This record gives sequence, C-alpha cells and structure tokens, in this order.
Amino acid sequence: MNILVALRMVPDVVEELEVAADGKWLDLEFVRMVLSESDDHALEEALLIKERQGGKVTVLALDAPDLDDVLFSALAKGVDRAIKITGAEKGVMTREAAHVLARVISNVPGLLPADLILSGTQAYDDLDGLIAPLLGHELGLPFLGIVTKLDVDLSAGKARAVKEYPEGVRGEFEVALPAVFGIQAAEKPPRYVPVAKVRAVMKSQKIESVPAPAMEEVGLSMIQVLEMSKPQVSGHAVMLQGSPQEVSSGLCAILVERGLL
Amino acid sequence: MLPDPATATYFGLPGYVYLWALTVVACSVFAVKVLKYIRVLRSARAEKRWDHLPQRLRLFAVNVLGQRRLVNEPVIGTAHFVIFWAFVLYAASFGWNLVRGLVPSFPIPYADDIPPVAIALEVFAVLGLAALAVAAVRRYIFTPAHLERSGDATLILALITLVLVSSLGRQVLRARAPEFSLGFWWLHMVTVLGFLAYLPYSKHLHLLASPFGVFFGSLEPRGMPAPSEGAALRQEFTWRQLFSGLACAECGRCDRACPSVGSGYPLSPKELMSRVKELVRAPDGHVKPVSLVGDMVKPEEIWACTTCYACMQQCPVFNEHIPVLMEMRRHLVSQGQVEDRLQETLTRLTRYGNSFGASPRARAKWTQGLDFKIKDARKEPVEYLWFVGDYASYDPRLAPATQAMARVLHRVGVDFGILYEGEQNAGNDLRRVGEEGLFEMLVEKNQKALAGAHFQQIVTTDPHTYHVLKNEYPAMGGDGHVLHYTELLAQLFRAGKLPLRHSLELRLTYHDPCYLGRYNGVYEAPRRILSELGATLVEMPRNRGDSYCCGAGGGRIWMEDAPGIKERPAENRVREAAGLRGVETLVVSCPKDLVMFQDAIKTTGLEGKLIVRDLSELVEQATGSAERSETSVAA
Amino acid sequence: MAAEFWVVVEHWGNRIGEITYEALALGREVADELGVPLRAVLLGHNVKEMAQSLGKADVLTYVDHPLLSEVVAETTAEALVQLMKEEMKERKPRGVIVPLTNVSLGVGTLLAARLRLPIVNFCKDLKVVDGKVHAKSVLYGGKMESMVASDVEPAIFGLWPGARKAESGRVDQSPPIEEVAVSLREPPIRLQRYIQPEAGDVDISQQEVLVAVGRGIQGRENLELAETLAKDLGGAVCGSRPVIDQGWMPLSRQVGKSGLTVKPKLYLAAGISGAPEHTEGMKDSALIVAVNTDPGAPIFNIAHYGIVADVLEVLPALHEAIESNKGGGKHAA
Repeated sequence: MNILVALRMVPDVVEELEVAADGKWLDLEFVRMVLSESDDHALEEALLIKERQGGKVTVLALDAPDLDDVLFSALAKGVDRAIKITGAEKGVMTREAAHVLARVISNVPGLLPADLILSGTQAYDDLDGLIAPLLGHELGLPFLGIVTKLDVDLSAGKARAVKEYPEGVRGEFEVALPAVFGIQAAEKPPRYVPVAKVRAVMKSQKIESVPAPAMEEVGLSMIQVLEMSKPQVSGHAVMLQGSPQEVSSGLCAILVERGLL
Repeated sequence: MLPDPATATYFGLPGYVYLWALTVVACSVFAVKVLKYIRVLRSARAEKRWDHLPQRLRLFAVNVLGQRRLVNEPVIGTAHFVIFWAFVLYAASFGWNLVRGLVPSFPIPYADDIPPVAIALEVFAVLGLAALAVAAVRRYIFTPAHLERSGDATLILALITLVLVSSLGRQVLRARAPEFSLGFWWLHMVTVLGFLAYLPYSKHLHLLASPFGVFFGSLEPRGMPAPSEGAALRQEFTWRQLFSGLACAECGRCDRACPSVGSGYPLSPKELMSRVKELVRAPDGHVKPVSLVGDMVKPEEIWACTTCYACMQQCPVFNEHIPVLMEMRRHLVSQGQVEDRLQETLTRLTRYGNSFGASPRARAKWTQGLDFKIKDARKEPVEYLWFVGDYASYDPRLAPATQAMARVLHRVGVDFGILYEGEQNAGNDLRRVGEEGLFEMLVEKNQKALAGAHFQQIVTTDPHTYHVLKNEYPAMGGDGHVLHYTELLAQLFRAGKLPLRHSLELRLTYHDPCYLGRYNGVYEAPRRILSELGATLVEMPRNRGDSYCCGAGGGRIWMEDAPGIKERPAENRVREAAGLRGVETLVVSCPKDLVMFQDAIKTTGLEGKLIVRDLSELVEQATGSAERSETSVAA
Repeated sequence: MAAEFWVVVEHWGNRIGEITYEALALGREVADELGVPLRAVLLGHNVKEMAQSLGKADVLTYVDHPLLSEVVAETTAEALVQLMKEEMKERKPRGVIVPLTNVSLGVGTLLAARLRLPIVNFCKDLKVVDGKVHAKSVLYGGKMESMVASDVEPAIFGLWPGARKAESGRVDQSPPIEEVAVSLREPPIRLQRYIQPEAGDVDISQQEVLVAVGRGIQGRENLELAETLAKDLGGAVCGSRPVIDQGWMPLSRQVGKSGLTVKPKLYLAAGISGAPEHTEGMKDSALIVAVNTDPGAPIFNIAHYGIVADVLEVLPALHEAIESNKGGGKHAA
C-alpha cells in the first residue's frame, strides 16, 4: 500500500499575530510556523493504517521555517520517506501550493501510483480553496472530506470511510481507490514521539529535497487580499472585573435579573 | 566439661556426620537460590558501584553498623539495633561452632565454651529476646501502617526467637543438665542452618543483601540514574535496581512517608519493591520475557510518583524506588505511551521551551509590573544571574512573589539580571518524567544562553531549577555555582544589608520544598530569614526532611489527578498547617508550592483561615514599604 | 448577457439548512446592490417542494437527479459544473454563494477548480464596492479578518454560518422554478449508511441552560466543577470538540460544526477559545457568558459578558455564590 500525506505549515496563533506594514497580510517575520492541526491528524491516520495493514507512508510539504523539525518528527514516528519542496514562492496560497504538490507527486519517481492521498480537511488559512479537493482535481482522483476513519481493502481496491455530518451524525462511504481524503481527526490522537528518537533520526535519516517546478501559470488563486486586520467586532462582551468571588456575585446578580436563578 | 556434639554418637554415627549432612543440605538449598539471584543480577545492565571506596565504607559504617536510618522510629530503632548486633555476634559464634563441629580434630574450643564469649552470648540473648518482644508487640498489637503481618515475618520472628532461646538454653543448662544442653546445641545449629536455607526465600534475605545494598548505594545526587533508554524487561534494569527488590525488608517506612500512598494514589513504593523482587524471582521466560511494566506495575502507578524522595530518604537499606520508576517512565516515553495531559505539556515544552505553551517572547512579561528595568544578562555583565523558571515567569498567580523578589534585590543594590527570552525550562521535571532527549535539548539551549552571558553566580527562585542547575548541569558541562534565593537572602541578612523596618509579628509555619530540603539539605537558610524578620515560626509536625510533598513534583503538576484519589497531598498539607494553633500563614519558597497550596486552601474550604505567602513577599514587607520603593538602600 | 447573483441551497436530512436562509438574506442584499436578480440553485432528488420557503430568491433553478439524493461533494460539484457551463451561455452570475458546512464542504473548491474560477473561503460577509463583490473572510481561527476581491467573475464564496440572521432569509413562498437536467455518472464514492450518534442521556439542544467546557477545564477530573454548576443552574454540561475528542464526554454533548447547534437561555462557555467551528453552534444563545484566561480569545467577541480568569477558580466561586444566594433567602424568579 502506498500512502502519501500532504502537510502544510501554518502560522502559530499562540503568538500575537501582527499585520504586515502594507496591511495586506500577516507580518511573517516574527511568525512561528506550526503544522496545521488536521494535517497532524492526517499523518496519524496514515501511520495507523500502515500499522494495521502495512505499506509505505511518504510525507510531502512545501518548505517553510521549522518544517525540518516536523519532517524529522514524522520520520521518527514511522514515516518512510519525507520530501521537502524547496524554492516555491514565499507566502504562496493554497491553490498554488496544491498545484506544486500535485506536480511534484506526479513527477517524483516512486510516489505514484498511490492508493491513498491524505491531508488535513482544512487549514485555517485556506482562503483560496481547500487542499484536499484541489489535489483530487489536479490528480484526477475522487475526493472525500471531513473523514475520521479509514479502512482500506486493497485487494478490492476500495476503502470504507467515515465522514462527519452535523449533529454528531456520521456517514459511512465506500470509496474506490485511489482517492484523496481530507482528514478531520484520526482514530486516535496524534502520537507522542520522544525527543531522543527525533534527534536520533536527524542523524540517521535524510529529508529529500525536491525543487518546486517552475510555475507555467501564475495567479492561480485569482483573488486579491485587499486588507487584513484584527477583527473589528460590532460587539464585545461586557467584562466583569475583580476576584473570582467578586465576578461570581456580580454574575449571580445578572442571572437573577434575567430570571435564570 | 560438656560432651562434644561432634563426636557424640547417635544411632551409631558420630555427630559431625549428621552435621555435615545438614550443612550440605542447608547450603545447597541456600546456594541454589542465591546463585540464581546472582545469575539474574549479572545478566542485568551493568552499573559501576565500586568507586569511591572510602565514601562507601563510611556509608556502611554509619548505616549498617550504626543503623542510622532506623532511629527515626526510636522504639523499633533501638530494638533493631540490639537484634542486629545480637545477630552479628551469633553469626560469628555460629560460624565458629560450625567449623569446629564439622572438623572435630581442630584444636579449638567451641565458641560458647569460652567464658567471655558465653557471657556475651547470654547477655545478647536476653537483650535480643527483649527486643524481639518489643518488635512483636509493635508488629501485632500496635501495628504501624503499611506493615504487613505476613506469615513469612511471623516465621522469621519465631525462628530468631528459637535461635536465641536455644542458645540461652544451652548456656543455662550447661552445668545442671548436660544432655539437655547438648540437645539445645543441636536445636540451635539446626535452627540456624534451617534459617540459612530459608533465608533466600523470605524477606529476611535483607539480612544478607542490605549491607551490600548500603555499600553499593548510589553516590549520585539523590540517586539520579545514569541516562538510559529506559527499562521494562528484567535485564534492562541495572543490577543495583533489581537488587533493591532483594534487599527490601518490607518495613513500610517508604509507604508511611509517601504522599502518593497518603492520597490514595495507586502507587506504593513498598509494593513496587515487592514487584521488583518478583521480577528477580520470576522464571526465565523463554517464550515471553517478563516485563515489569504492564501487568506487574501499571502505567498509572508509574506516573503517580512525585519524586519527592521521602521513600529513599527513609529506606534503611538504601533501595532505589525513584530510579526504578524513572527507568520505567523512560521506557513508556520511548514507546510514546505518555499520560494524556503530559503529552500535551511535552509537546509545548519542545516547541516553546516552557510548559505553559506560551510564547517565549512573553517570558519576561512579569517585569512590566516593576518600575525599574532588570538588566539583560545577555547583553551586560551581572554579578547574579537570576534564572527565574517557568512558573515564576508565566503563571500570573506568581507575579506578585516574583516581582517582590525583584524589588528586594533592586532596593538592596544587588547586581542582577535575567536572560529574558533566552531562558528555557531548566529541565528538572523532564528528567523526572523520563524524557531524557528533551532534557538534553533544553540543557543545550540553556547552556548556550548561559555561555553567552557574564555572571558570577546563578540564583533561582525555583527549587526544581536550583536542583538541576546545581547538580545535573555540571555533569553536562555547567559549573554548578547556584544559589537558591533563600540562601542569597540569608547571606544578605548576615551581611547586614537587609535592615528590618517592620518586624513581622506573625505566627507562621514554613513548608520545606522537596527539591530544596530533602534533595539539597537547605533547611536553615529560610528559617534564619524568618527569624530575622521577627516572625514566630511554628513547625509543622512533618518538617525539614519529613516535609510532606505538595504533589506537584515529578511532572505531576502536568498530569491529571491519579484515579482513586482520596485527598490531594497539598490538601493534606494545608490541613496540617491549619491545625497549628494560632497560625494563619503558610510560608513557601517554591512557586509550585504556592499554586498548589492556594488551590488546596480553596478545595478544603480553608479560605479565610489560612493564607499562603512566598518568603520573598514577607521579606519585602518587613524590610521596606510593600509599595514600590523610591530609592535603593545602600549597605 | 443578463447578470445574476446565485446562492446554492443546502439541504440535509429532509430539511433546508439554516445556512441557506442566511445565504439568501446575504445574497438578497448583494443582488439588490448590484441591481441583479437573486437565483437560488436547488439540487436534489424529489425535493421540489423545498422551494416553498425559498421565496427570498427571485428565481430558482431546480436540478433533479437520483444521484443527488444525498450530498456527495464530487457529485454535487459535478452537477453544478454542468449547470453553470450551461447557464453561463446566457446568464452571467456575478458570484455564487456555496455553504461551508460539514454537509457541503468541498463542493465550492471542486466547483472553482473545475471551472477555473476563484473561490474565497471562510466568508462571513459580502459587500459591494464600486460595483464589485468583496468578501470579508475570517482566518487563523478567528484571529484575523481579511477583505478579499476576486480577479475574475464569478467568484465562488464559501460562506461560513452566521453571516446573517436565518429568519431574514426565509420567505414562505416559492419563487418561479426553472428545471435543468444534468447527466451524472455513478461516482466512485458512495454513501452506504448514516451512523446516528448514541442516544445520550441528555438532549442538549433542549436544555435551557448549558455549561460548556473547553480545553481550559484542563482535565477530566475538573468536569465535576462544571456538572455541579450545571445542576445549580438547572441545566446540563456540554463541550467543544477537543473535550469530546479526548473522550471526556460523549459525542451527544458536542456543540459546534460537527456537533449540535444549541440556543439555550444561558450558555456559560468555560475555557472555550471561541473558534468559529464552535461558535457557529451556539452564537444564537440568549445570554452568553464566557470565562477564559486569554483576554484576546475570540469568544469574547460574541459573548455578552466576559471574565478573564482561570475557569478552575471561577466555577467553584460561582457555585459558592449561587449557594449563598439560595441560602440567603432570595428566591428564584
């Protein structure tokens, strides 16, 4: 079984996010990059499938600050091959990223034919499109998103996928392989890999570097960000101040007033 | 003259033939087991414990010959001292008698035929029997907690009694009834031989093992095990760790001191040693090697330890409870099987260098509450580098205490600085949870920051940081000149640099932090400070080395409460403090103690009756106005 | 060529999704600004009567096909592609709103990719500026907003719940219906069955008071603080996704995108940051009180009252306050 996982680094919202001087995007200088949360789950799901049914897992990502740590960590978790795509334009948006990923997947030997291509269902900066359906489109493969469980029957060329609907309802799908899946959550939370193992992997294994193909067309996103800003909210909560005891009595009074107590 | 048992004939054969037979049988039974133990120990991981012989001999003299650790429970301590020396005397005399009995042609008398020896034996028999009576009463009538009244223990008591009685009988009946005296001789020999044979199968193996246990005890600061990949299978532990199971006398002192046991956590240090013994005794698994982790010791037990060191400090045979747990934690970490909430914290530490998952840039945000700028030790030389620590830096509940410390130092004119964002978690608790790789990474980063700074001494407000910087960084290349802030303040008081402005007319009590007290022996500096401040210190029953852990150590502050908990350690401790007459203030000198006790005061409903204050806040209050000072006071 | 503005209708479980009405309300505004008719697009099988409540639109295109009886992104997108290719021979949609929910996720992106059109995701508002449609999109879990314009028309607008009030988009009258046929192949993705969540002991969507816990509760052992409070207030405990993922609460207690939508009289959000995936499930609660240690948490933007403090301190304190309130003889209204 051949599984590909597309990973993306996104700005870490733990830090205070600031807008760049031109007001159109984040100030990327002090931004710390972190692996998109659902991509982490996509990786975990791939590893779980490998553990259950065997196979090979390859991760691919466009180069970004702190990406190497993520790729080495993935190798330490059990990924077989890690590919870093270098030279893509900085600040590229999802549509172009998907195009680059699809080209690399198609051109680098050993990646295709893949049985499963996984990615996170959505990153919080997927402004110009979601990566999983875009990859499906570029590679001519069917796509299913918001997946929380995958069972692969390779001999039948099918997978059974569970997708989330609202209100806690889930849908069970039969998907002909190969296909692209947008993973919402893995069956188990992403595993822990001890730092010592990652450091050992840094010495013993390599990340492959592949140059991004020249873009034969630019402006794939076809959108312009005119302005970025911190949310101006029409309303904001009335803040209750004081010690926990003070705010509690204050809140109690409000609840009594509203007839809730 | 008494008939010689060796030459007297029984059923046509001389006594020594029977003696040989019994001796051979007893020794074989003994040897079979002991050789197996030795084989198991040799197949375990190597560990060098032959170094520093003079130090080891001294440990032996004080703790084996002097029985030092037993006197903390004075009644049984005295009794055991007597029994121990009685045993030494009897072992010597038995050995002598056996040799003479086996080889009747030796031109030496029996030991107990020599009057001074006989007298000594009689005296010790009487004293020994008295001590045994005390021990029996304690064991069966006033049973201490965590002391098992096992059949094995009863049998041992009975056997020792028989040994002493038979010896006494021999002496007493020597003149009046020589045949009975002879009978008692045989009884004595048979009992001792039987005891010898039974020894390796009972908890009384500690008799043989404990002197070795003490001699080969760890000389590392508080028993820190050498870095390893962790251990789960028998051969993955070091021989000394496995030996702990053999040396354990099941006395229960560890359990009596352990905060996990006291809270109803699943962990029991005594049980752990018992499992280690089972591990050593387990048959060689050819199909499936026996693992200590899993069925024998469950993960929730392994994660329940706060590493407070109370168990190891109490243990008279120098057992290594914490290293065994740490090896198992290392094993779990290497398998990625980390307690849920702990995993989140480890990820945050790896990414951000602090356990709060907060931006490293916000580390020095607490300084914004000060009206002066603290020097950046990365940019200018300082005398004292203040290594602040995660909790003191990031937890808003600690900002007042941290700021108070800064103001005091500033007012006194101490030349100090901090590393700002260059500081990362010092790593003490990473080691304790078994993440050696992350510990190494943090050490590298911190040492790089320290190397880029110019300072004479390091001072820290956090005892965990203090311990690891002082004791474990030197092994990794640091230089260990580290002070805890109480030591620095005590020095300043001694030098007269902190004049008292308002004497604190307060009755208060002080909690000794585990990593400052038990781990590093700093008990008096904080007390000196409190007395300088004019406070009346009322000691809690469990003070200094007996201090009861707040429950945060060993990474437990990063984990969920263990299942089955009856009362959190911190709750137990604040009740102890609140129980002191006229005391409404609990003083701490560790940031984690502060937050743990504040929470415990709420959950025990002691709000309004007890308040937690950090020592630095009291110092600030007493040595100047609590508000921001305008000028610094020159010495 | 006649210009229009389109809204794709979302329906699931034989109901039209609330987001459809929100989209129609928004679409109406945009269409009016642009001076063009608003067209609703309804895809499904034997669902023509759903047009009854879609009167906000001026006209409705109805596409019926057996393969559209369940929403599968691939098939729905394919149907829309065919429809748009056909329609765009005569009409010029200035923009197409496609809902961004668990039901329709992926449809917008596939549609945009296959037709080589732009898509703007995470929209929470649309504005007409100088005759062009601009979108206001939310990024980074609610921490940033951006104004976005497209180079090409029509752009697909992936609309997030909450852009407008659903009531203002519902008009119980069917617009004129135009039926269009599409030909669809059996997709390689087939829905076999739905898995209903285990019936929980409590239906949180029926509760008047909810105490919601998020990551800020820090551990399973602290849940009882929330449960005590819920009991005090006569309500139930629910949670955001991370808490359910950890297994501290069953799926039936999840509020948000993949969980339930609730509108209680009181929603006490304890330790919840307020990411859009959660807030879309509770934003219409009558009274929202939020407790969080982060003063910049997005939850404070939709809460009525906010407290910056540790949940583990406030919950017990609130319990105490309520107890003493009761004990002090004050009666509940």
